[in-house]
Amino acid sequence: MFIRLASKSLLNRKGSALLTIMAMSVSIFVLLGVEHIRSQSKESFNSTISGADLIVGARTGSLNLLLYSVFRLGSPTNNIDWKTYQYVSANPKVAWSIPISLGDSHKGFRVMGTTTDYFKYFSYGKKRQLTFTHGKPFAKVFDVVLGSQVAKTLGYQLGDKIVLAHGIGKTSFSLHNNSPFEVAGILSATGTPVDQTVHVSLQGIKAVHTDLKKHIETYGRALTSEQLSELHPKTITAFMLGLTSRMATFGVQRDINNYRQDPLTAILPGVALAELWQMVGLLENTLRLISGLILISALLGLSAMMLASIKEREREIHLLRVIGAPAFFLFLLIQLEALLISFMSMLIGTTSLYLCLIMTRDLLATDFGLHIGLNILSYNNILLLLLVVSATVVVSTIPSFTAYKRANQSV
Amino acid sequence: MTMAIQLNDVRFAYPEAPHHPVLNIKSWSVATREHVFIHGPSGGGKSTLLNLLSGMLTANAGQVSVLGERLDTMGGQQRDRFRAKHIGYIFQQFNLIPYIDAIDNIRLAHQFASNVRQYVLSDEVKSLLSAFHIPQADWYKPVAKLSFGQQQRIAIARALINKPQVLIADEPTSSLDQNNRDNFMSALMTLVSEHDITLLFVSHDISLANHFGRIDALSDINAAGKDN
Repeated sequence: MFIRLASKSLLNRKGSALLTIMAMSVSIFVLLGVEHIRSQSKESFNSTISGADLIVGARTGSLNLLLYSVFRLGSPTNNIDWKTYQYVSANPKVAWSIPISLGDSHKGFRVMGTTTDYFKYFSYGKKRQLTFTHGKPFAKVFDVVLGSQVAKTLGYQLGDKIVLAHGIGKTSFSLHNNSPFEVAGILSATGTPVDQTVHVSLQGIKAVHTDLKKHIETYGRALTSEQLSELHPKTITAFMLGLTSRMATFGVQRDINNYRQDPLTAILPGVALAELWQMVGLLENTLRLISGLILISALLGLSAMMLASIKEREREIHLLRVIGAPAFFLFLLIQLEALLISFMSMLIGTTSLYLCLIMTRDLLATDFGLHIGLNILSYNNILLLLLVVSATVVVSTIPSFTAYKRANQSV
Repeated sequence: MTMAIQLNDVRFAYPEAPHHPVLNIKSWSVATREHVFIHGPSGGGKSTLLNLLSGMLTANAGQVSVLGERLDTMGGQQRDRFRAKHIGYIFQQFNLIPYIDAIDNIRLAHQFASNVRQYVLSDEVKSLLSAFHIPQADWYKPVAKLSFGQQQRIAIARALINKPQVLIADEPTSSLDQNNRDNFMSALMTLVSEHDITLLFVSHDISLANHFGRIDALSDINAAGKDN
């Protein structure tokens, strides 16, 4: 009955109640959205790589190396000589190594040249390895393995022929038309940039950049498969190392950083990720502060709306008193109305955030490498919603107390 | 005969003007089941007297007994409860919460009087509304959509739902036209007689006095403003 009274009273003031609900909804949308994207992107970033002890690239900043080697963001500054890679990976403390060669693209997705060791040793999240939904690792020079998102977006299936483009734009003018690749495998979704990557063998990368037509013109025959499989690039972009023992990490890192023939940088992925988050942390806190301020202003709006309504409702308050309502009932009634507004706003704010995430998650994944889950009601966000409820109670104490005072003086 | 209302040496002044007493009543009583018509000029303290009797206000001095209970010694919550249970009240206007329907208005009044939570539409509410000739189609409309005559009749139903022993009517007919006023008065008088209710009816319209067995002028009861 009392909830009916409160909700009908709000319905009776549709205009102002609706505007207040909208303001509150927007603030809750922002509050939850910031928190959700913050925690999700942090998780998504941190789970992008695990298992690799070192990442090695040409001499550059550690963040830059991390971004282009792991997140496929930005461009590598320089390349590493193939011989350098062979030298470093021959170190007895190195258990495994994954070479990476970047620079080509396929319809906006980055192409990464690597070896089959990538599918054996690369791991993400909590030491999870890559698995295939269809097919298997590349075996032939012109085999290609697609990330799940690539296959889904472009609608590719096993056996489809694709053409790689030089450069990383969506529409590249220099297509490597003469060397069509065939889809040999499709990886399961990982929620990491792997999903947006087209994987080919290093030989494949080399073959693309070798003018095979010219070769045929010169020699009168195509390269044999043996010749193709012996191809390897002169340079690669970066490589990941797994060491035999964690203890060796700093020693190997120092050796690599001091390598004379080629200026190199070796980074610990965990440390670089922490550095990245330190930088993002400032932005994060600013966003939190702003969303908090938006919430406060919406709550003050709610309070002002309720306070104004009490002036219009003096006769109603008097009537309620006469039919036996205690003055404290008026306090509770106003609180109840404020809470109803608050709950409505939470519902609308959360639902619209959910819908927005559904609509933008593919875009966020492909364009920003952010893998955002849809479970908005995380522990933190439930805490935030409880905070909104208690803030509503606190802020609407002002109009509620006014109603209480009026009720006491009402004759 | 037991007294429904008994006032002794009651004085009242509003806190904003403590030296200008509004009421000064030496002794005044109303017997159980008596129907009293009280008239007097506006500003003569009529509303103040009614507020004292319903426990909305408390006297500065003296005894206010209603149904044998001393309102002047009760706490605020007790008085709220007492008012909800035993006293029905009808005003000139704004007797109902405008945005809820007739049934909810009546139920709300019932809720403050009893601890029982009734979610089902009780037969009592229905029969009251039928007794006041409110068509069933209008029961679920916000009362603001109903005619004023209908609203005042629903107001009586609302005032009677808790079977009060005392009904206070404060100028209830002043906003009604002649036809509606006659309807209202006959419905009211029939009901109070049927339910053995003590009725205090305040109005400046002396023509209504013929419905009542006792007619008091407030100026005869109230000595305030006379002595000095």
